[in-house]
Amino acid sequence: MSEQAKRIGDTLLRVEGITLSFGGVRALNDVSFEIKEHEILAIIGPNGAGKSSMLNVINGFYHPQEGTISFKGRERKRMRPYVAAKQGIARTFQNIALFKGMSTLDNIMTGRMLKMKRNFLWQALYWGPALKEEIENREFCEKVIDFLEIQAIRKTPVGRLPYGLQKRVELGRALAAEPEILLLDEPMAGMNVEEKEDMCRFILDVNDEFGTTIALIEHDMGVVMDISDRVVVLDYGRKIADGTPDAVRADQQVIDAYLGVSH
Amino acid sequence: MPIRTISIWMTGVPLAIAAIGFFFSFLASLSPSFYFTWPYFLEVLSAGLLQGVMYSLVALGFVLIFKASSVFNFAQGSMVLFAALTMVGLIEMGLHWTLAFVVTAAVMVLLAIVIERVVLRPMVNQPHIIMFMATIGIFYFLDGFGQTIWGSNVKVLDIGIPKDPIFVLTGLVEGGMLVNSFDLVAAIVGAVLVAVLAVFFQYTRIGRALRAVADDHQAAQSVGIPLKTIWVVVWSVAGIVALVAGIMWGGKAGVQFTLALIALKALPVLILGGFTSIPGAIVGGLIIGAGEQVAEVFLGSLVGGAIQDWFAYMLALVVLLFRPQGLFGEKIIERV
Repeated sequence: MSEQAKRIGDTLLRVEGITLSFGGVRALNDVSFEIKEHEILAIIGPNGAGKSSMLNVINGFYHPQEGTISFKGRERKRMRPYVAAKQGIARTFQNIALFKGMSTLDNIMTGRMLKMKRNFLWQALYWGPALKEEIENREFCEKVIDFLEIQAIRKTPVGRLPYGLQKRVELGRALAAEPEILLLDEPMAGMNVEEKEDMCRFILDVNDEFGTTIALIEHDMGVVMDISDRVVVLDYGRKIADGTPDAVRADQQVIDAYLGVSH
Repeated sequence: MPIRTISIWMTGVPLAIAAIGFFFSFLASLSPSFYFTWPYFLEVLSAGLLQGVMYSLVALGFVLIFKASSVFNFAQGSMVLFAALTMVGLIEMGLHWTLAFVVTAAVMVLLAIVIERVVLRPMVNQPHIIMFMATIGIFYFLDGFGQTIWGSNVKVLDIGIPKDPIFVLTGLVEGGMLVNSFDLVAAIVGAVLVAVLAVFFQYTRIGRALRAVADDHQAAQSVGIPLKTIWVVVWSVAGIVALVAGIMWGGKAGVQFTLALIALKALPVLILGGFTSIPGAIVGGLIIGAGEQVAEVFLGSLVGGAIQDWFAYMLALVVLLFRPQGLFGEKIIERV
């Protein structure tokens, strides 16, 4: 734990006073927190607490009515998803969003989209620099495939894969972008114990080997307490706690939110 | 494509053609009302294949847009008409046909940008059926708009492709085989277009992005694919394919309103080949073209002729029964 604490650097991303409403429903209400470099941050909370909305705000799918987000010191109010991707924010989805008709390799290659710069004309010719670029990026994708131990399904259309593997391919696509920050929306939902253990190992390895900052949403408290450096708790769109796993576990407000309060 | 698939096609296709030929020669031996000789059969077959390439050219435009947005673009036929009308109009204004081609291509790109802005952008993440309805709107708009600007008279589009019938393989077959040189040019143009597009879609970054957008808008955005650019690109390419198809069809049959309706002929081609496959559009076109030609000539007399009009649809119906995704379409995978 202590050596991990040493690793963790300055604030990488800061959300301040985020308020997001859909019509009359307040999904997020004045939420502020920080994500520090190299840490694993877990966002937890009961159903409907606004966790997924928070991720969608960070990666630009939703635009909050109030509040600001600053990433690497640069502040922004509205941002499109592809700009977020360009700046180094990659993500996975709660309900897997893969390109189902495409092979595992092709899915992961789409993650390299932004690393490939050759223009349209070269692309159309599929020759010269464009071909060289394609090969270089393919090499990186093969590394990701080795890392996630999915060599055997390289050419399989992902629609045919079991759920656990699809989740892994989705992680691979996000990793292929070499992101600075990785947002994982329930990476272990619906998995059995072994698959969960695998996924935990991959998340810790990514954090360890590549130094990628990770923000994840998870419901399995055992997992959250094991792997995260810090935990943010949301309830009804408000932040009710923020701290180390042990501190959060002991927090009375958190216990109330999860177990209910007697009136 | 794996070698096994290729070898199956290499042996299967000639065998199928030979089987059909022997079937007809058997029929001819039964009754004198059937006429059959092998050179004549091959001539009809090749005429049909060349006609099929023309169908493929139109089907190609549909496949492009379907691949990139899972939308059946009803307006493809009217894009063909619009492109042909614009090209003829420019030539009539005195431009050389190469210059007219470039200008028309630019107009088609502009059209793609306008369609993205006005029609597609407000409909991100809407169900496909709504997008389809929107393309019906585009169909009628383009249909009327093109004729308002350029007039509704039948026009001749001539860019100097020779139209004389020529004899080929004179050494091999007695008297040679009669082939329309215009169709031959169309076939070569079609082949080149398909080769380029197939490589583009399968192996390049932009091709992959196009397929990704077709699969899942949201996921595509999250990996940094700019949805709008991709749509403009794909509608532009479809527009230029429409232009090529318009030149070929316009040169063959004249530029007129009915050009928009050749889209209906592309439909069985798509069902046969698969909506998502570029090679499928070609093979589908060839099978439909050759099939209806051969059926008309050798079987038509049996049922009083004119089967050319419905043969393609019947063939499509049969394919739907056995392979709903078409010959080359992506397998429909669903986990429940």
